Amino acid sequence: MVTRLKDVDAVTVGLGWTGAIMARELTKAGLNVVSLERGPDRVPGEDFILPTVRDEVRYAQRLELMMDNSIDTITFRNFPNDRALPIRRIGAFLPGEGVGGSGIHWGALHWRFLPSDFRIRSTLTERYGAKSIPDDMTIQDWSVSYDELEPSYDRFDKICGVSGQAGNLRGKKIDAGNVFEGPRSDAYPNAPIKSSNAGLMFGAASKSLGYHPFPAPVAIASSAYVNGEGVTLGACEYCGYCNRIACETNAKASANSTLLPLLRLDPKFELRARCFVTRLNYDKTAKKVVSVTYTDMRNGEEYEQPAGIVVLSAFVFGNVQQLLLAGIGEPYDHATGRGLVGKNYAYQFEAGANAFFPDKELNPYWGSAGMGVVIDDFNGENFDHGGLGFFGGGYLTCNTAAAPPIAGRTVPKGTPEWGSEWKRATVKWYHHAARFNTQGSVYANRDNYMDLDPTYKDALGRPLVRLTYNAPDNEHKMSRYLLDKLEGVIKAMNPAHYDMHPRPRNFTVVPYQSTHNTGGTMMGPDPKSSVVNRYLQSWDADNLFIQGASVFPQQHGYNPTGTVGALAYWSARAITTNYLKNPGPLVHA
Amino acid sequence: MAARETLPGEGAMTEDTIPRRKFLLGAGVAGTAVATGLVQGAAADARPTPASAAQPEPLLVLNETEHAFTVAAVDTLIPADELSPSGSDCGVAVYIDRQLASAWGGGAKTYRAGPYVQGKPEQGYQLPLTPADFFAAGIAAANVWSRKTYGHDFDRLEPDQRAEALKAMQEGKAEFANFSSRAFFARLLALTMEGFFADPIYGGNRNKASWRMLGFPGLPATYANAIDQYRDKRYVAEPQSIADFS
Repeated sequence: MVTRLKDVDAVTVGLGWTGAIMARELTKAGLNVVSLERGPDRVPGEDFILPTVRDEVRYAQRLELMMDNSIDTITFRNFPNDRALPIRRIGAFLPGEGVGGSGIHWGALHWRFLPSDFRIRSTLTERYGAKSIPDDMTIQDWSVSYDELEPSYDRFDKICGVSGQAGNLRGKKIDAGNVFEGPRSDAYPNAPIKSSNAGLMFGAASKSLGYHPFPAPVAIASSAYVNGEGVTLGACEYCGYCNRIACETNAKASANSTLLPLLRLDPKFELRARCFVTRLNYDKTAKKVVSVTYTDMRNGEEYEQPAGIVVLSAFVFGNVQQLLLAGIGEPYDHATGRGLVGKNYAYQFEAGANAFFPDKELNPYWGSAGMGVVIDDFNGENFDHGGLGFFGGGYLTCNTAAAPPIAGRTVPKGTPEWGSEWKRATVKWYHHAARFNTQGSVYANRDNYMDLDPTYKDALGRPLVRLTYNAPDNEHKMSRYLLDKLEGVIKAMNPAHYDMHPRPRNFTVVPYQSTHNTGGTMMGPDPKSSVVNRYLQSWDADNLFIQGASVFPQQHGYNPTGTVGALAYWSARAITTNYLKNPGPLVHA
Repeated sequence: MAARETLPGEGAMTEDTIPRRKFLLGAGVAGTAVATGLVQGAAADARPTPASAAQPEPLLVLNETEHAFTVAAVDTLIPADELSPSGSDCGVAVYIDRQLASAWGGGAKTYRAGPYVQGKPEQGYQLPLTPADFFAAGIAAANVWSRKTYGHDFDRLEPDQRAEALKAMQEGKAEFANFSSRAFFARLLALTMEGFFADPIYGGNRNKASWRMLGFPGLPATYANAIDQYRDKRYVAEPQSIADFS
């Protein structure tokens, strides 16, 4: 027995960053908004407090803030002909759950994509010729440009109190920042956070090689800050516990700390936590999602919530699953290459290195997880790919900070894993090991996609999303190139010893790599090549707005959240200025 | 997957009539011999002072055989030496027992529906066993293998034999019946390291022994000034745990 509830103006399916941004913008425009969040509520003053947040076992090992795989997971295989099996406990990527979603436990690296990233197929065609792009590389231009998105990037920067150093302020290049970035309309809201000792060493070495080091931009306030909504954020304490954990000073931005304090006071907003949306109810003829069905996890009852606007703001896998279950859009068929829902899944291709400096004290445990010194010389189209045999790139960083005692002990390759010799090496190197990462793009490939699993179901009886993914040869070549460049910088730092850590050939679901899963509902210029238009509006249901990294046509060499937040503001503005006056398609196919 | 009750050789488990915990205490392995002043002949070896004078902790899920195995294993993985007391003296066996008894040990937040298929390594853990079940089944299999190979349960092996046996498991060369010795070892090692380095509220890392060893200060509230003051200089502080702030 499904209870039908009263109509609301808008509903968000999920309440992380994008759900909160949309809820805030739509309530400000006068709409009544209900947010349905499958997980628990999370309130900074009650749940993010000392001393309990400084608990590596509870949060970093047992993953308190992450999705509950006993309710929901995905299945995985490397190749289309393999049998997919469920990820029984998440590892390689860690989607969050509960109010705030993955935006609570993130490392808070806050990037913009390059102007050339938004028109990557066109850029590669212009520079290297159309034939240079392999047939199986299904990359696409975005249907929004950097310049169009810039005001939304700036807005999101000011919600989060981002700390960083501009490298391109309205076209003026500034050496202390990222000279490769697109022009910014304004400086970062906060000065850069402090760098670790190892980061400074990396910066000096990369500069000596002619590269362009700068402090990584992070959504962590380096000073107390009143954000664009008038909410006060605290200053970073460099406590070393923020990765996978909430921030008790509200320096690391989350929806919980930046927007929800206002939404919770707004009578136009209603949060329903522990309400799991199982279905979008789709009227194909009217091209509308008329309502959503959810299960209240506290009483097991089903409810149907009709809504004028449906904001799909789950994680990538949840967004794709809802469209496939509801029959919205044509599912991607790997055999024929037809269909779009589930197509162009992409990821982040990371590989690292460690270097050892017996004479340098690095105090490795303090700082924030995202705190690093970066060079962006080998990202995207910041360098010439002529003759290299691959496309894409990434940034190189030294992020020696926040090394907790269970997971953050770095020793040289070949050190025994236990016994007295292990212990001696652990003590010898803990204060003297620097850690590096290359954060590479994954360009879409026809063999990487999502569909519905034929066997396994979630706890609510719905087929799981089946992920088919392996890093293509292009990405392995790209990564080896980045590692070669990184090795050059490390050598210039003159370590006693260093180890490069290339990725194994096949992607594996353990250990942790990155939660930068993207694609499956990509944006584009028309319904033949995309699931949503440039305003994140579904081509197949004009009142459905699909948020988050599922709209990325491919993943570029940067952390996605900055772009995810900017796209939400961009989408919200199209709704409040155009859609509300004239509900219907915002782009005519 | 064989349940631990049906592993071959299980019937030959009891080797003698000395209850295991008493045997362990007598051997000083559980670390209470010095602490309680009970110097017991040859068992009072040259181990460093235990991290804590605690009485033996009550066990939540491990039975005596499993506890004996765990103590022997964590003391081989983390031996007492000039850097720290042994794993069990630091409470690592207590940590493991409590973790196996926790929601995590019971399989919380784990997808457990079938069908069960042994996939490729890239697909991760695919067994129906909870972490607690997996650990118990692994110990049973390890002891069967240890008896076959050495004539005794693992905890009754000489120290060099224990190290050899763990190495064989680590490399997957120990042939367990219907069970991956490599996977079991990986879980054993991960739990051991967690217990050694975790906040002491979980029962391991007694007296913050590993934090002192590493020079890890625990949870001080802020380093906003120290991060500049201690560039290329060791910051030294008395480590503090969650309990110290509670």
